[in-house]
Amino acid sequence: MHEMSLAEGVLQVIEQQARQQAFARVLSVRLEIGRLAGVEVEAMRFCFDAVTRDSVAQGATLIIDEPEGQAWCMPCGRSVPLPERGSACPHCGGWQLQPTGGTELRITELEVE
Amino acid sequence: MCSVCGCGHGETRIDGVSIDASHDHDHDHGHDHGHGHDHAHCHDPAHGHDHDHAHAHHAHHAHADGLSPSRMVRIEQDILALNNQHAAANRARWRNAGVFAVNLVSSPGSGKTTWLVETIGRLGEGVPLAVIEGDQQTSHDAERIRATGARAVQINTGKGCHLDAAMVGRAADGLPLPDGGLLLIENVGNLVCPAEFDLGEAHKVVLLSVTEGEDKPLKYPQMFAAADLMLLTKTDLLPYLSFDVARCLAAARRVNPAIEVMQVSSTSGAGFEPWLGWLRRGVQRARSLRPVAAAAVAPQAAGHA
Repeated sequence: MHEMSLAEGVLQVIEQQARQQAFARVLSVRLEIGRLAGVEVEAMRFCFDAVTRDSVAQGATLIIDEPEGQAWCMPCGRSVPLPERGSACPHCGGWQLQPTGGTELRITELEVE
Repeated sequence: MCSVCGCGHGETRIDGVSIDASHDHDHDHGHDHGHGHDHAHCHDPAHGHDHDHAHAHHAHHAHADGLSPSRMVRIEQDILALNNQHAAANRARWRNAGVFAVNLVSSPGSGKTTWLVETIGRLGEGVPLAVIEGDQQTSHDAERIRATGARAVQINTGKGCHLDAAMVGRAADGLPLPDGGLLLIENVGNLVCPAEFDLGEAHKVVLLSVTEGEDKPLKYPQMFAAADLMLLTKTDLLPYLSFDVARCLAAARRVNPAIEVMQVSSTSGAGFEPWLGWLRRGVQRARSLRPVAAAAVAPQAAGHA
């Protein structure tokens, strides 16, 4: 349950951007939190509201994109869906899987004024 | 602070001394200087939002075009960017000192501290060593480590559920760096959160005791995916338990096909040989990677293992 720290990380990036790009208020924040990133999205929303109180991002709408898990299956030599860590390759049934997508933990866009 | 998970900030202490003015967010972190993500292109506010927020305080930001004050800023930045900067600084510092840093993670009660105490006793003189201990409260663990004669510093995270790279960097300031040696970081007992936080270590080592479930790697996959080595601890208790070792190892390899595994026991002494060998190889590697100029300045690279 590290969502509080992650929400603080989001705010730090926003505040840095606010100084560099001279905006006074954030209307919305878009995050990318992959399905394999180990983040509870509802907890993230709660924590975001808590840490942004009295900041430039107070009251900002939080939009969260959740890219699906993807992995490279080494025996099959191709990309396969990985709904969660520990899932088997849907083709060969093996676990020689290297996650290639769904681990994102990024801020992608801010709407500011 | 967080009523969802109970984690919180603002109470971090190192050897009992508060270090937190941080996390108030009205302070300037002195370390946010120019890492080049200033590629933020403003999207034309052609998406007709018409925000009529009457905020007196944006007037002084002088929007050049006088159009709608709302604009999109693309930033594409890692949420953990700040932690990762601190981690990179720690890593550089340890590299320059030829230090092999290991981050030990597990749930509470897996036997991390006992394992460290026994490790220190068996490593012997040849390897300079220091320990950073992380717990929410108390300095019990650091005291146990100091009782071995090793240097240790205690981080108390208060309500925080993991160590972060900034805390560890500050704790390392309070230690003489074990030049050409080993820095052991015992994380807060928690199988979830520490997985995400790079401290600058060379490896995460996850401990799992045989008194826990053998399916834990599947229940807490992030941690087992993040670790390079798993120590299965308390194996002396196996005769009294129905713990299925093969099933446990299979679970770990499902989430991390490359994970190395050692079966160990602080009580019986099982597994120390491969573990100490692993540490010594890491120390040798760190010494060999130390930049030549830094090695020449530091007096210590003697005492080979």
